[in-house]
Amino acid sequence: MSGTSSYVPKSALGRWFESRLPIMGLVHSSFVAYPVPRNISYLWAFGAILSFMLIAQIVTGIVLAMHYVPSAALAFASIEHIMRDVNYGWLIRYLHTNGASMFFLAVYIHMFRGLYYGSYKAPREVLWILGVIIYVLMTAAAFMGYVLPWGSMSFAGATVITNLFTAIPLVGGSVSHWLWGGYAVGDPTLNRFFSLHYLLPFMIVGVVGLHVWALHVTGQNNPDGVEVKNVERDTVPFTPYATIKDFFALSVFLILYAWFVFYIPNYLLDADNSVMANPLVTPAHIVPEWYLLPFYAILRAIPNKLVGVLALGAAIALLAFIPWLDTSPVKSAKYRPLFRFFFWVFVVCCIGLGYLGSQEVSDGTTLAARILAFGYFAFLIIVLPLLGLIEKTKPMPASIADAVLAKKGEASAPSVAS
Amino acid sequence: MGEHLSSAAIENPNRRDFLFIATGAVGAVGVGAVVWPLIDQMNPDASTLALASIEVDIGAIPEGQIVTVKWRGGPVFIRHRTKKEIDDAVNTPLSDLKDPQTDQQRVKRPEWLIVVGICTHLGCVPLGHEGQYDGWKCPCHGSVYDTSGRIRQGPAPLNLAVPEYAFLSDTKVKIG
Repeated sequence: MSGTSSYVPKSALGRWFESRLPIMGLVHSSFVAYPVPRNISYLWAFGAILSFMLIAQIVTGIVLAMHYVPSAALAFASIEHIMRDVNYGWLIRYLHTNGASMFFLAVYIHMFRGLYYGSYKAPREVLWILGVIIYVLMTAAAFMGYVLPWGSMSFAGATVITNLFTAIPLVGGSVSHWLWGGYAVGDPTLNRFFSLHYLLPFMIVGVVGLHVWALHVTGQNNPDGVEVKNVERDTVPFTPYATIKDFFALSVFLILYAWFVFYIPNYLLDADNSVMANPLVTPAHIVPEWYLLPFYAILRAIPNKLVGVLALGAAIALLAFIPWLDTSPVKSAKYRPLFRFFFWVFVVCCIGLGYLGSQEVSDGTTLAARILAFGYFAFLIIVLPLLGLIEKTKPMPASIADAVLAKKGEASAPSVAS
Repeated sequence: MGEHLSSAAIENPNRRDFLFIATGAVGAVGVGAVVWPLIDQMNPDASTLALASIEVDIGAIPEGQIVTVKWRGGPVFIRHRTKKEIDDAVNTPLSDLKDPQTDQQRVKRPEWLIVVGICTHLGCVPLGHEGQYDGWKCPCHGSVYDTSGRIRQGPAPLNLAVPEYAFLSDTKVKIG
């Protein structure tokens, strides 16, 4: 799919430069001439939306770092200072805090889209794993960012997450002291979290580079899960088709983002985090940010500390193995009726776990969380491998062009059964 | 390296093999010596370690009250236990406990229970006089401790830790 560019600079200077550093040719082949399957839907716009959100978070974050003070004594006051005194500080901070939520909203849609259409299957396994790595880096960056305002929920979150490491047999205590730089979360912890919170986005940029590179080697998957066979018939050039479509999708997404920022900027924030951290008191009702709630629910569902922590880790780590857990050769859920059913059950499990993670612990919620956590893991390690063996898939179109033409009701080549 | 270690070479190591391995070994030690400071700098520093002990006046704590003091950046509970609370703790059979310890092992003077106020599950600060044993209950994940600070219910694996402490007088205790 790649290497279709026949970019020739128009000016003599351009040709001189191109023969020394062919960067314009790279941009041209990646974002202009790059062939895009002609049947992709708006669900394929989330890569561009995510790229935008990453840049937005970095820009707003760098600005916030100019005013923020990473010290246990001063951090909370410096956030107040940003909100009240710094010119447009309120806007930049709300863009950053809500931007994190928008980033996760987009990444979850992006991930579920990949899952639904089998975008992790050969030859896109490495692409998928790079995506899982980006997701893990994102959660780490978001977690550390949440600690920086040094509110009581920041402190409790930092305590709970770093204490996950105390579950490690023998060395757990030493590891947590090492992470804290003390005997509890404190000033040294806040300082290093700030340092790493600044570093992680740039690591994400690096892995996103690899992710896009891998994408441009294999080409995009598409709603029919049929590989491009004929570039002329099956694809359209990235510019203008995908470029304009991505810009439109981004604009719609930005409306939602702006609505949060300007109308309900504190909706997703916890009121307890407007109280400064106090190491001697834990807020009555501890909850993580919404995007981590399902994992929190899995942690709480298990009565044993070590097993709970392992389950939390496994819930994320297993995502990297999906390319091999799913044994079906058919990519798209469009042609996999049973998979499609279980996919939605899985989505319900994830959302249900998220809801339960936000509730106070009771026998009822614990039982429900156990059932849904079982559903989560069962989908990944039982349903996915099994479906490939027993599922009767629907006939697939011979090519992307055939799928598109069949949808349009025009004459098309006969389908071949999978 | 593979080709250097053919069977003939292993039987008859020459000067080059020796230099190769020796250089590699020195290089590995060098890398370790550079990496270790970068890792160790994150451990608790000298100023943190220096704050290892505090003295608390316990004379003013009435019976039945729990006082929370800050030690090593975190909470320590000093509980002036009532007769009933002591009896409840002493009379609990060890077979009921997840992390079996007698009450006597956890106190120096029965009326004073001194424990680190950090839940052994994930580090939240438990709330006093709560839970069905009237000891502590953790607001985060619902671990319940008794009047000896021992884990009775919930996901926490261990009893609340007993810090090192000594009674300097009847009204003064040194923690750490």
